[in-house]
Amino acid sequence: MFEKTGIPSTEMIIKKFPPIDRINKGAVAVIECYKEIPCNPCETACKFDAIKVGEDINNIPEARFENCTGCAICLSKCPGLAIMIVDGSKSESTVEVKIPYEFLPLPKEGQIVKGLNREGNYITDVKVLKILNPKSFDRTPVITIEVDRKFLYEIRNIRVEG
Amino acid sequence: MKQAEIVIIGGGPAGLCAAVSAAKSGSKVLIIDKNKKLGGQLIKQTHMFFGSEKQYASKRGIDIPEILIDELYKYKENVEISTEATVVGMYEDGIITVLEKEDNYYKIEPKAVVVATGAYEKFLGFPNNDLPGIYGAGAVQTLMNVYGIKPGNRVLMVGAGNIGLIVSYQLMQAGVEVKAILDAAPKIGGYLVHASKIRRMGVPILTSHTVKEAIGNEFLEKAVICKVDEKFNPIEGTEITFDVDVMCISVGLTPLNELLAMRGCEMKYIPQLSGLVPVRNENYETTVENVFVAGDATGVEEASAAMVEGFLAGLCAAAKIGYKPDDFMERKNDYEEQLNNLRSGPAGKHILAGIEQIRRSYV
Repeated sequence: MFEKTGIPSTEMIIKKFPPIDRINKGAVAVIECYKEIPCNPCETACKFDAIKVGEDINNIPEARFENCTGCAICLSKCPGLAIMIVDGSKSESTVEVKIPYEFLPLPKEGQIVKGLNREGNYITDVKVLKILNPKSFDRTPVITIEVDRKFLYEIRNIRVEG
Repeated sequence: MKQAEIVIIGGGPAGLCAAVSAAKSGSKVLIIDKNKKLGGQLIKQTHMFFGSEKQYASKRGIDIPEILIDELYKYKENVEISTEATVVGMYEDGIITVLEKEDNYYKIEPKAVVVATGAYEKFLGFPNNDLPGIYGAGAVQTLMNVYGIKPGNRVLMVGAGNIGLIVSYQLMQAGVEVKAILDAAPKIGGYLVHASKIRRMGVPILTSHTVKEAIGNEFLEKAVICKVDEKFNPIEGTEITFDVDVMCISVGLTPLNELLAMRGCEMKYIPQLSGLVPVRNENYETTVENVFVAGDATGVEEASAAMVEGFLAGLCAAAKIGYKPDDFMERKNDYEEQLNNLRSGPAGKHILAGIEQIRRSYV
């Protein structure tokens, strides 16, 4: 179905996530690159040897969760915007999620926006905690949102209204 | 008659790289491009590129011409640029004719040529496909990203290849509503990361669908689409109507090859390379001596491959006319390895199959 719709199945998504213990320890990257394409800037960008693509740039990137610091550099460098960062260490009821967001207007810190799933459907309201948009991110702003923990595997996008 | 060492026809990704490569080897190059600004299609590609560092992966297409032009500037004594100039003929005696601006028509006698003319968009046949509001995806991208003009308010994108997916995303960035993306193929043709990125904005991707007709008096008002079966025949009773003022056609590209055919290069129809392409050897030299090709003109591919082909063709063209640098083999092997790398995965399978057919026909 994924190749017809662009929507990955729940099983596909969960396979890309680190174990929940790792998420609860602190920020970590989830690389949702499901199909081989010739591309490796995520590996080149990572300073911590936490992403392995290898000699053949068509390989699917493999995340080494133990090395990942959740710095989000890869997130701004991925041409497919396929990476997000999840952090379950801040609270028992919520997770912090960093996503790339290349649209205007950017949300404001503290703003409540619509949280969307991978189909673009509204699932829950989320709070914008931080917006990172340094020059080195090259016009791919990274938004940190606070999300109810039960949507950990569903949240993937936001809609900013008004 | 103007004399030249290497004339490069087309200043897009392939042509600019060919120019850099040949000028670096010590050859004088003349780049001829019909547009005001060099860069070809790069000048509207606001998205980040795939590939690896050597092909400027993760840089945005719009920023790549500047990088390449800076690189060219290092060899500025070897570089001449003629913009707003169209090559109108390539003749059997090796002479090229150029129309610069509207009234300056002149001839050049180069030692070698690199044809990097790119590709043009295919169109789709359906009733009323000539209504205003029905564009090629390239035109929409140019209007938006080069001239800052909104092409319309509600768009139906036809074609789920990389261009269709990318232009849909950029339309949304420009504040235009994309109602749906459809494709007659049963699967999404473009990179799935692009598809997911658009899907999570809420845009449905309808595979196995085609356009039945466009409706409108003065301009496009509605588009009717329908499902197709596995033989691409429309299935009755599956029609869906969209209220749209723009339909964007993105059903593939085909190599722009008239100059090569005119020059007498042996041409071959290779579906995997998207059309009629010149037969060429591993140096990207055609069956006509000293006529080289690079980029989409030699088979439609991603811009990253076009750039590497440009570097390779420029290197080989310069070597052919006497500028063979000491590190020739090293550079050649590097470019070939990059191309292999870009094409070795599932996304490059059809390209390799196409190139194999060219290889077999080159004696």
